[in-house]
Amino acid sequence: MTKTHSDYRLSQLDQLEAESIHIFREVAAEFEKPVLMFSGGKDSIVMLRLAEKAFYPAKIPFPVLQVDTGLDFPEVLETRDRWVSRLGVKLVVASIDDAIASGVVVDDGKTSRNRLQIGTLLNAIEENGFTAAFGGGRRDEEKARAKERVYSHRDEFGQWDPKNQRPELWSLYNGRLHEGEHMRIFPISNWTELDIWDYIGREGIEIPSIYFSHQRSVFERDGMLMTETPLNPLRDGEVAAERTVRFRTCGDITLTGCVESTASNIPEIIEEVAAARLTERGATRGDDRFSEAAMEDRKKEGYF
Amino acid sequence: MSTATETNAPDVTTGMDLLRFATAGSVDDGKSTLIGRLLFDSKSIFADQLESVEATSSAKGHDYVDLSLLTDGLRSEREQGITIDVAYRYFATPNRKFIIADTPGHVQYTRNMVTGASTADLGLVLVDARNGLTEQSRRHAVLLSLLRVPHLVLCINKMDLVDYSQEVYERIHDEFTQFATKLSIPDLEVIPISALAGDNVVERSTNMDWYSGPTLMHHLEHVHVASDRDLVDVRFPVQYVVRPKSDEHHDYRGYAGQVAGGVLKPGDEVVVLPSGMTSKIAGIDLYDSEVDEAYPPMSVTVRLEDDVDVSRGDMIARVKNAPTPSQDIDAMICWMAPGTLKPRQKLAIKHTTRTGRALVKDIQYRLDVNTLHRDQDTKELGLNEIGRVQLRTTVPLLCDPYSKNRTTGSFILIDEATGVTVGAGMING
Repeated sequence: MTKTHSDYRLSQLDQLEAESIHIFREVAAEFEKPVLMFSGGKDSIVMLRLAEKAFYPAKIPFPVLQVDTGLDFPEVLETRDRWVSRLGVKLVVASIDDAIASGVVVDDGKTSRNRLQIGTLLNAIEENGFTAAFGGGRRDEEKARAKERVYSHRDEFGQWDPKNQRPELWSLYNGRLHEGEHMRIFPISNWTELDIWDYIGREGIEIPSIYFSHQRSVFERDGMLMTETPLNPLRDGEVAAERTVRFRTCGDITLTGCVESTASNIPEIIEEVAAARLTERGATRGDDRFSEAAMEDRKKEGYF
Repeated sequence: MSTATETNAPDVTTGMDLLRFATAGSVDDGKSTLIGRLLFDSKSIFADQLESVEATSSAKGHDYVDLSLLTDGLRSEREQGITIDVAYRYFATPNRKFIIADTPGHVQYTRNMVTGASTADLGLVLVDARNGLTEQSRRHAVLLSLLRVPHLVLCINKMDLVDYSQEVYERIHDEFTQFATKLSIPDLEVIPISALAGDNVVERSTNMDWYSGPTLMHHLEHVHVASDRDLVDVRFPVQYVVRPKSDEHHDYRGYAGQVAGGVLKPGDEVVVLPSGMTSKIAGIDLYDSEVDEAYPPMSVTVRLEDDVDVSRGDMIARVKNAPTPSQDIDAMICWMAPGTLKPRQKLAIKHTTRTGRALVKDIQYRLDVNTLHRDQDTKELGLNEIGRVQLRTTVPLLCDPYSKNRTTGSFILIDEATGVTVGAGMING
């Protein structure tokens, strides 16, 4: 029997996967020195998985870069190490503490580690001569990101100029750079939070355990539940208590809040995400809450 | 029939499909309100997003919730109250995920609309029922037609302000249908709506019993896009050569790429362009498994039986159905940069995975996108202008007419000094 167009159907998740793999291959082919920025979070793990698929059976032809804030969840670092060793990919760690010690960034005691990440990251990109850096940003996360290109140009200061972005048409990406400039690449731009979870479930891949429901000693700050840790001392009036929680994002332990949840597997998480009333960043990220344009401002300076 | 959804959870087991659509129109036409309503009624707006918009609206002294604040993402856009760039929005119903390329409507942002339309399956043009077709709505239809967006929806908005008049609908419908005969629009739907009141957006209107067509959401959910792909003419641009050189995969040599047309199968006789060498497909790999068939838009790795020389920029096609390599290109070009495109100008060109240089031989005419008039006296194109251009390229392009294949029929032009994308081209033929 002759097949019709409907028999050659590709689900939306397969279409997203195909688009992302296409982007990874374009970058590997056109850039001299790409690197994948790995935060340990679910989005960067999905990126690693897509990169693995793009070049299989060859190894991923670029290293993985992580900014060590010194405030990372230990569970996240463990997952990172297992992924890196399974894939046989090179890991470059840029430490904020080292950057402070060598004077690359200045810790004035007032600036959050999240801000210090920017200088540390840019320095690592420059020192290693990376010309393209993959990031796990998604356009559904935040409205400044909704307008960012897949290939996002950064000038020699690492800055993003939102008003002067290159037009991006069809799947024809323009990777031209001048000396000292680099490109941020967002291969999962068109994925939503639900797509990420669907994919993690479908692929059966490992993510840090903090995404699943667990017992944790937490306290309330600015309407968010924060981990009790010596890295983040309690302030007056704050009381820690044991709660059943999980994390929706992975960031700096002092800024990343968790939500009360009993979702202990992927289908339960998908159900919870589908019913959620708050965006993942709005709900649990102190760093995005400061102003309406918080993300846009940090991106201009060179944030992920 | 209502298509409102209880939840935006996808049907994981069967897998949803995908519709990319571009919206064009200005704030005055109610475009942001319409998108806001689609997002809101499909429960894709989160409480914190809505609260932030409500807070900003009241800080600005509005007595209504300005839904355009949801889509105008950049600080300068919010300050000026206009959309200046393409914004991508996402929502889902149980069977389909939607990616909206929300583009500005004004003529000075034509390049942004061209960008948004380049990947769209469907284009949505919005008109104000009180004003009827305007120069702007005609221009939007022309651009969508030029970009070969296969499905077009004309939404006649603000029907509540013309007493839900059938006569108004019919007049605009007829005027547009007549105009559309000059364009290439394979599928047209004209829907009377009120984005503000919600008529025929998600819920069927009780105010327009004379209208028997679909609601906008129903149409978006059911429009058939699978057959828009070319499944006949095999086109596989090689992106990257996979050579593991490991002990386990010592002799592996695969050609990675995304299928741009046709169906590839193991055993198929193929030709590699531009060399003209022939071979057979030994296998098609998708990660660690082999597949029986590869079709658009799959990203796969193709292995050949013979050790032929294949590299990035080459194209795999069928022996009896291959594009003719050509260095003389006749195309419609949208110029996207300040300054002008002139004869004798040299630019970099990127077509599929192939990069070369191009020389502008001639500018045949400039197209007035409002009237379709061809201006043959002007021999240059300015920012946001579109014209028919002849190019000579340093490398042969393995191309098809854009009307046959949007992937192998398109290219971008890059300024070699600044590195900026300055033009978008659609090959004639």
